[in-house]
Amino acid sequence: MVKDFGMPHPQHSGYIVCPHCDALFVQKQPQFGERAVCTRCRTVLIAPRRNAFIRILALSVTNLILVIAALFLPFLQISRAGFHNETSVMDAVLAFSDGPLFVLSLAVGALIVLVPMMRMVLTLYVLAPMVMGRPPAPGATRAFRLFEALKPWSMAEIFVLGCGVALVKVSALAQVHLGSAFWMMGVLVIVVLLQDNMMCRWSVWTALEKRKA
Amino acid sequence: MPLVRLDRAGETQGMSDHPDIRSARDCGLLACTRCGAVWSMQDEGAKCDRCSHVLQSRDTKSLQRVWAWWVAALMAYIPANLEPMLRTRTLVAETESTIVEGAFELIHHGDIPVALIILIASVGIPVAKFGAIAYLALSVNRQARLSAHRRQHLYELVEYIGRWSMIDVFVVAILSALVQLNVAAQISPGPAALTFALSVIFTMLSAQSFDSRMIWDSDTAPDAPVTKETHRE
Repeated sequence: MVKDFGMPHPQHSGYIVCPHCDALFVQKQPQFGERAVCTRCRTVLIAPRRNAFIRILALSVTNLILVIAALFLPFLQISRAGFHNETSVMDAVLAFSDGPLFVLSLAVGALIVLVPMMRMVLTLYVLAPMVMGRPPAPGATRAFRLFEALKPWSMAEIFVLGCGVALVKVSALAQVHLGSAFWMMGVLVIVVLLQDNMMCRWSVWTALEKRKA
Repeated sequence: MPLVRLDRAGETQGMSDHPDIRSARDCGLLACTRCGAVWSMQDEGAKCDRCSHVLQSRDTKSLQRVWAWWVAALMAYIPANLEPMLRTRTLVAETESTIVEGAFELIHHGDIPVALIILIASVGIPVAKFGAIAYLALSVNRQARLSAHRRQHLYELVEYIGRWSMIDVFVVAILSALVQLNVAAQISPGPAALTFALSVIFTMLSAQSFDSRMIWDSDTAPDAPVTKETHRE
């Protein structure tokens, strides 16, 4: 795969460039817990953490379990005048499914379930071989690229806040009870934040490159 | 947290704000936008050896795509505000409400904080986002009043906050799934849910199309030609 492109010039591995403002720096490897920051626009360039990969893996597995469980367990329950209804995340996804708004069902399902789950599976695929000390899995670079590209489209945390708003809106209309899946989604938000905080893209790309050889 | 100062590359050059920082482009280098690997300017157009992303020093089509998505988003945003977002049917009445009407209904109920969340997320943020993206795109090729720092912060803010407008669509989804109490109360989504979601997605794409490195180009050297010769090693 490497030879096909035939790069005429070698990689300038002694430098690092800020992705936001294109400032050029001589690269210096920070210690664990330290950060390398662009002096012009303050973008964090490198932020290595001790045992980051295995921690990210653990969080990914946690995440997957939470998403799958939260998908089918009751999320919210309401009752009014003897009528009763409960809903799961799956029901919220399918809320638009009949009629012309079904595209919206697909989009909501992708944003709150599919994309977050896919990102977790991609981290497992990319980082598991690294942690086990093996060479990267085939297509690992493409997988990690996709993982990064999907980041803004993973909206589970927005969905959770949306639930809060929906609760207040409904409370005038009927009585609402929180189901177990609501708390699971809440935990999920924290786990995702921890994981994004732990992830240093520079370290992953460097590890992928080193192991490839 | 301690902060590593990175050593600078290149010699000191007279520049307004940051005298000693040079962009990779001025040094005849370019970085892969996906994985950050640094290559020579001559490799532009080839695929990155590390991640096989196409290398580009500056995304020259960036502004075109920014404006295309921007216009699409605006076109979706207009019906999103005119059409009903929610249809509520209770024993006594059936009401349709647009985004703004829904928020005012909440204020009548006394839920001012939640009404504010809705108003900010679905009116304030989208309108501000349209303005911010247009300003950033327009300021690339001319003298901008805001400094590059400010514009970079504005861009990061737009990128970070843009997704949160989706909250209104999720609220509609949750309400429509939850409030199905036969004759007592029923809520179903209106057409604005779709157009609003499209508008949010299009503005996100518009913001992502913007190549923020252009902010700094106009800041430092307005019409400096790319000096491909000066690259070292």
